[in-house]
Amino acid sequence: MSQMSHDDIKRILEDMPYVQTLGIEPHFIDTKFTLILPYKRENIGNPTLPALHGGGIGGFMEVAAIAQIMLENPPKKNDARFPKPIGINIDYLRRGNPVLTYARAQIFKKGSRVANVRVRAWQDSFDTPIAALTGHFLLAKLHAENDDA
Amino acid sequence: MSTFIERLWEIGPQMISATPHAQELGIKFVAVDKNRATMSLPYNPALIGDKKTGVIHGGAVTTLLDQASGLAAMAGFNGLAPIATLSLRIDYMRAADPDTTIIGEAHCYKATKHVAFIRALAHDGDEEMPIATAQACFMITGPLIQMPDTNEAYTIDATQNASQDMSQKGKPS
Repeated sequence: MSQMSHDDIKRILEDMPYVQTLGIEPHFIDTKFTLILPYKRENIGNPTLPALHGGGIGGFMEVAAIAQIMLENPPKKNDARFPKPIGINIDYLRRGNPVLTYARAQIFKKGSRVANVRVRAWQDSFDTPIAALTGHFLLAKLHAENDDA
Repeated sequence: MSTFIERLWEIGPQMISATPHAQELGIKFVAVDKNRATMSLPYNPALIGDKKTGVIHGGAVTTLLDQASGLAAMAGFNGLAPIATLSLRIDYMRAADPDTTIIGEAHCYKATKHVAFIRALAHDGDEEMPIATAQACFMITGPLIQMPDTNEAYTIDATQNASQDMSQKGKPS
């Protein structure tokens, strides 16, 4: 299966100003595609604790899902369109501390039009996730055409 | 003597100004009432999810609905307490039109001692044409400061304080 390179995915994410606003960076850690959300004050939701904003963590995981679909289904042409969220479920498991956050997504099932994706966000340890997302995403036409099935 | 609703009208804008991420996105307080809260997100190019369409990223809508739902949860708990989002489900019905303000309305339809159940809606002026709907659970994470003068004052306040912005929201849905 062909995958996008780090530069390709980085370039694609540059078409998402929201990604820059949050400060999300794409990385490959142990060859696994991982998004990193460095800590910055603008992502704080509760300054007294302090804790990251739940909406920001949700948005971060949404980006991780979209990026994973793009990564595994490279668009043939340059005019790549992003998959769109249809319905997502977010579980908040632990407080988002004011430190660096990771997110990694897994495509659970991909059909011709819709993909089911699961995302885990963690900070200190992969085994103590701070949040999880599961959702269905509508694939852009180019992705759907790439589908072998 | 200030009633709980009056207190919430003070807390609503404070909640936004004290939340860096709400500031960063440009979320605005609109209104608060018994069990209900409304906030808005003016169009902001920094939140675009796809440069080709100019459509706002779903994550920003998520944050708007989370923020409005949080205030609705506070209103539903009948008191002031630190709260945390337990779960948030969002269904995206359509893309938000570029250059329009998104309105997020949240309704706490049930609150138990520790958990508030919220339904929320994002639209850009017409509730019949929703951008997204949400369902959320919030939990109290610290001591609750019960507000003294509650039920009586609600009726008075709902008509006085909030009549302009929330006139049609008084009905149970």
